Amino acid sequence: MNRFERVPISEQSPEVRSHNFEEVCLGYTEEEAVAEAKRCLKCKNPQCVTKCPVSINIPEFIHEIAEGNFAEAAKVLAKYTALPAVCGRVCPQEVQCESKCVLGNKGDAVAIGKLERFAADWGRDHDVEVAEAKESNGHKVAVIGSGPAGITCAGDLAKEGYDVTIYEALHKPGGVLVYGIPEFRLPKETVVKHEIKNLKKLGVKIKTNVIVGRTVTIDDLFDKGKYDAVFVGSGAGLPKFMGIPGENYNGVFSANEFLTRNNLMKAYEDEYDTPIKVGSRVAVVGGGNVAMDAARTAKRLGAEVWIVYRRSEEELPARVEEVHHAKEEGINFELLTNPTEIIGDEKGWVKGIKCVRMELGEPDKSGRRRPMPVKGSEFEFDVDTIIMALGTSPNPLIPSTTEGLDVDKKKCLIADEQGQTSKEGVFAGGDAVTGAATVILAMGAGKEAAAAIDKYING
Amino acid sequence: MYKIVKKENLSTNIFSMDVLAPLVAQSAQPGQFVIVIADEKGERVPLTICDYDKEKGTVTIVAQSIGCSTKKMAQFNEGEYFHDFVGPLGQPSEYVNEDINELKKKKVLFVAGGVGTAPVYPQARWFHENGIDVDVIIGAKTKDLIILEDKMRKVAGNLYIATDDGSYGFKGMIPSLIEDLVVNQGKKYDLIVCIGPMIMMKFVCIMTKKLGIKTIVSMNPIMVDGTGMCGACRVTVGDETKFACVDGPEFDGHLVDFDEALRRQAQYKNEEAEKNEKHVCTCHKGGAN
Repeated sequence: MNRFERVPISEQSPEVRSHNFEEVCLGYTEEEAVAEAKRCLKCKNPQCVTKCPVSINIPEFIHEIAEGNFAEAAKVLAKYTALPAVCGRVCPQEVQCESKCVLGNKGDAVAIGKLERFAADWGRDHDVEVAEAKESNGHKVAVIGSGPAGITCAGDLAKEGYDVTIYEALHKPGGVLVYGIPEFRLPKETVVKHEIKNLKKLGVKIKTNVIVGRTVTIDDLFDKGKYDAVFVGSGAGLPKFMGIPGENYNGVFSANEFLTRNNLMKAYEDEYDTPIKVGSRVAVVGGGNVAMDAARTAKRLGAEVWIVYRRSEEELPARVEEVHHAKEEGINFELLTNPTEIIGDEKGWVKGIKCVRMELGEPDKSGRRRPMPVKGSEFEFDVDTIIMALGTSPNPLIPSTTEGLDVDKKKCLIADEQGQTSKEGVFAGGDAVTGAATVILAMGAGKEAAAAIDKYING
Repeated sequence: MYKIVKKENLSTNIFSMDVLAPLVAQSAQPGQFVIVIADEKGERVPLTICDYDKEKGTVTIVAQSIGCSTKKMAQFNEGEYFHDFVGPLGQPSEYVNEDINELKKKKVLFVAGGVGTAPVYPQARWFHENGIDVDVIIGAKTKDLIILEDKMRKVAGNLYIATDDGSYGFKGMIPSLIEDLVVNQGKKYDLIVCIGPMIMMKFVCIMTKKLGIKTIVSMNPIMVDGTGMCGACRVTVGDETKFACVDGPEFDGHLVDFDEALRRQAQYKNEEAEKNEKHVCTCHKGGAN
């Protein structure tokens, strides 16, 4: 076998999967995983680890897979991450661990993400007990939000013996893992539910339907709840719109609304009550992972779909794998194109979108080349649904109801690298601090904050 | 799970329920709303808080069974449980934070349309308890749909009833009654608070704008999460797009674009009908199984 070639992984064919919500990637078999793991060079100074936000000992778990010790591999992962089966699926490994793999210099990097997924799935399917909590230390910590940051922070603290309660605003735990990321990328029943179950096994309590800032306040948690510290991992849930004419016509949705209806509320299943609207021709505005998720969801619901993005393919913020999958599934891309107006019919429903072609100028603050409109290039095309996937910002509810909790200009909570905010005893991390980012960065922040909270309480 | 401790039918298809939700009751204020999910497969249904009892830990909701989800809710009985019950959501009514003495100088009229009478009642009672008697109009299509009349009479200054068909009280639409009170009977109001069907609030606002009386309306658009996440509840107020769930639900009615709001409210009509057809028993507890 060629050491420089990755063991291919099986996937549902694009023709089949674009009509169902089953997972796209089918995962490695045991033989395939062992073969792929054996490609690892076991570098003495492994660079992959340096690019992992939660510093997983990557060579160690891969070595266990190569030796056929799959349960051990799962245990190694569990030491570092509360969500290996999630991260193995949704992390942008190509710009993190895998980008530093020495094999990548001459060929394919080791498929670290796919191996992580394999080990985590194997552990789940074989009931491997992965984590244990220390004896209770009698201290109480409240965690706000049950997304990746909150789950990680809660899990790490519970392992250290803390009495942890998570407060979740929605009716199901998981945050963006349940309302945002679709089933075909991250199965809810098998993967997400199991990770939540592991958390509960560590003794973490989860209270759903509690909106901190409305149902209770952070001060209530300290005063009445007698918590020693609070971690805010409330994410970035507010959708952005463009501010162009016609945006309130019927048929214009935020990606959050569209995906929440489908993922959290299961609108795609007949027996669930929540409806979803998808026309026959859908434009999704934006180029990130959320845009790809919305586009591929609309496709599965039967629409023809166009991604409209103002920069070029190179700047697409979505993972390469997601863009590749979207293309395979027949999603059309209108790149270097920016909407300027939404056109409605006489009844106020969307009937088209007016766009302008763009060209790239000098780099802007983000380092990416600034898109500039090309004069006279305006054009229209017919669509009946428009989904805005332009990014999200943090919900101002918690800072606006908590005295002494400071935010920056973008309404993001201000916290240092350890997660300490401007208010004593309150720590924060994830999208609530950084603005919309990735699952793994939120987990990294949750981990840092857990260590800082431990230090704050136990000195 | 949230226990229904009391259920009462207020008219043929309007029901009231006291739901045990101590944390919500503890924090609830006039003007706010809750979201109810009847069973595992249910929708998130936003409903204005109609009353709350902090000691008993209950929150009262009132709904009219028209759509699939409210029909499903109507089938729950005392002693049974709703799957989820979350709140309080939205901003409390503005007057809650106003100086009582300033408020006492104002003459306030509450306008309640149909099932909107339920959330008006605790507000009128709040004023009454603070030594202010407000006038109240209750309007409905016909006499059978007038609810909470006796309770309201105890807390209101003057209570006026209007029915479209004239089967009870003033014959005609609420805006005509407001015009009659102000123009013909010389009543003076500094503030009107109007809660009811969107179409009623639209025409009340057209009338009160003409009469020059500030009018607050409680918007009830489509929502999914109710916490600012989905943006389905976008409503144009003045030149701005607001989210009814976090910026509202109460707004200056003279600034609300009602035509857009009415149109947006009908956005899922076809899909709901289709869902109804596909699983005929959706309106029943426990879904289609």
